[in-house]
Amino acid sequence: MAALITHSSILIIAIPLVTAFLTPLIGMASKKARNALVIAILTFVAFLVFALARDISINGIHIYTLGATSPDLTIPTGFMVPVRIILEVDGMSILMGIIWSIVTLAAAIFSLSHIASETGQNRFYTLLLLMVAGGFGMMFTSDLFNLFVFLEIASISGAALIAFRTKFADTQEGGFKYIVVSAIASLMVLFAIGLLYAQYNLLNIGALAQVIQYTTPDKIALALLLIAFTMKAGMVPLHLWFPDAYSVAPASITGMLVITSHACMYAAFRVCFTLYGGMLDAPVVGWILIVFGLLSMFVGVTMAVFQKDVMRFMSYHAISQLGYMWVGVGVGLAVLGNPELVATYGRDAISGGVFHILNHAMYKPLLFFTGGALFHCTGTRDLTKMGGLAHKMKWTTILYIIGTLSISGIPPLNGFSSKILIYESVYQFHPILTITGIIVSILTLASFTKAFHSAFMGAELSEYKKVKEVPRSMIIAMVILAAGIVFITLFPSLIVNWTIHPAADALIDQSAYINAVTGAIP
Amino acid sequence: MEHIPLNFPFLAAALLVGVSFYIIIFKRNLIKLIMGIAMLASGVNLFLVALGYRAGGGAPIYTDAPEGPMVLPVPQALTLTSIVINVAVLALMLTMVIHIYRHTGSLDSEKSRKMKG
Repeated sequence: MAALITHSSILIIAIPLVTAFLTPLIGMASKKARNALVIAILTFVAFLVFALARDISINGIHIYTLGATSPDLTIPTGFMVPVRIILEVDGMSILMGIIWSIVTLAAAIFSLSHIASETGQNRFYTLLLLMVAGGFGMMFTSDLFNLFVFLEIASISGAALIAFRTKFADTQEGGFKYIVVSAIASLMVLFAIGLLYAQYNLLNIGALAQVIQYTTPDKIALALLLIAFTMKAGMVPLHLWFPDAYSVAPASITGMLVITSHACMYAAFRVCFTLYGGMLDAPVVGWILIVFGLLSMFVGVTMAVFQKDVMRFMSYHAISQLGYMWVGVGVGLAVLGNPELVATYGRDAISGGVFHILNHAMYKPLLFFTGGALFHCTGTRDLTKMGGLAHKMKWTTILYIIGTLSISGIPPLNGFSSKILIYESVYQFHPILTITGIIVSILTLASFTKAFHSAFMGAELSEYKKVKEVPRSMIIAMVILAAGIVFITLFPSLIVNWTIHPAADALIDQSAYINAVTGAIP
Repeated sequence: MEHIPLNFPFLAAALLVGVSFYIIIFKRNLIKLIMGIAMLASGVNLFLVALGYRAGGGAPIYTDAPEGPMVLPVPQALTLTSIVINVAVLALMLTMVIHIYRHTGSLDSEKSRKMKG
């Protein structure tokens, strides 16, 4: 067991990567065996993530050096700097890992019946597992170039999955937009990595953070990295591709794509807090994140009000919800240079933003899954053509209500507990941020109520007489996420103390991240 | 080689990146868009390789190495990885363009566009 924990960070990435190429072979023999394998592997990976989380809460930051004689030998004998790829998992990374493991498991279970009628299912699961490996890699790596590679793995498999249903024209268009945006973003990341490498001859984030000077090329690199990651995360004004790509993917994949957006957001936070940290011109960058975060909140929700396509409508809400996180963490970043303000409200603002990532990662995939369930039963995504489905789809209706109440921040659901944390802390920074947040929350509730009314309420429509409740695996997947929502709702302070505060402290405390890599110098 | 200034490759990389961004933003043909992204990738790769170059440097192979400086091997490794990844990206893009053409009969990004708003 101890050895399993020691090697868990690389196993979490490697197991899905290897299984990805096994699934087509097993799928040729038996479909059931393949499905069982995918679910079993993802369950095992989730177990490893939780074991690693427990280990980190006891022993602090987890370090794994690839190819070294001992996993904690970060700097090889005879060298002054780390030259090997290092995986470094701290409070923030493991929180993202926990989210990713739960959502991918739910998405795989949802896929079992959601894509049951499609051709090429073997390849679907290969791509899904590759995307899982890419996502974990982005969250755990401490090497900038490695980050680029995993970003590309997640993007390529994600784009292929969006365009998976080739019989529809819009899926091809959405997938194409996604791959174009990803290609441009990742080339910008690579260019920034080149700029940093040219000056410091280093690729490790911790080692770079120790020597970084914030020269003009560093500023250009920061701008490139931030533009690339915010574009991939769908921040306004670089959001135009976002609803197109997210609304056409199979619903299970849309749920996972939301978390890859969070992973890009995590990479942006990692760059701001850990890579640049104390050297950063924190108020300027913080304000940039806040202003564009506010724009995202507002533009996302106002665009969502007009949408008739249920998945598109939810995608715009995803943009709007991502804005809350940018604002919360942006406020924390803006006061980073002032320890007093960080203690008064900066830490709470970051905690609120990070807590909202966790909550959003539970309710948004749930809502996308209910949207997928509606599409599965009615064959249309148009809200105006639906109606009276509550009579037939009781489970979906209940789960949709849970998701709606949560996203609108109705007390006591989990969306409320993270929003109140953001509202209270950012109010002390600038009251207008809180006011905007509350207005956006009200608009969110209004538009979700409207969508609920048009899809579920009213008399039974004659064309949906034969509609049945969705297959059991879809309900199980949705119930997993709803259980997460209920758990966070019941024990908010427990979650905050165990996972959110360590994550926020991991972002604030740059030196711990650096020491974990370079502390081994004799 | 002595007559070429050392920062010449960087200028070429900057030119490639600039032209490719112009193509990506202003061209409506999807194939041209893909060519723009391929050029962007080449520009970034050229930048990476040029970073590792040392004047008069030899190949970074230690066995029977001749006297004198060696070029840096790390940027070359990065470039190689990046080239492989970009091949995959371009292949996937072209596949999708074939499907888009089959569905809409057009490669014009304005005409083949279904989704708006």
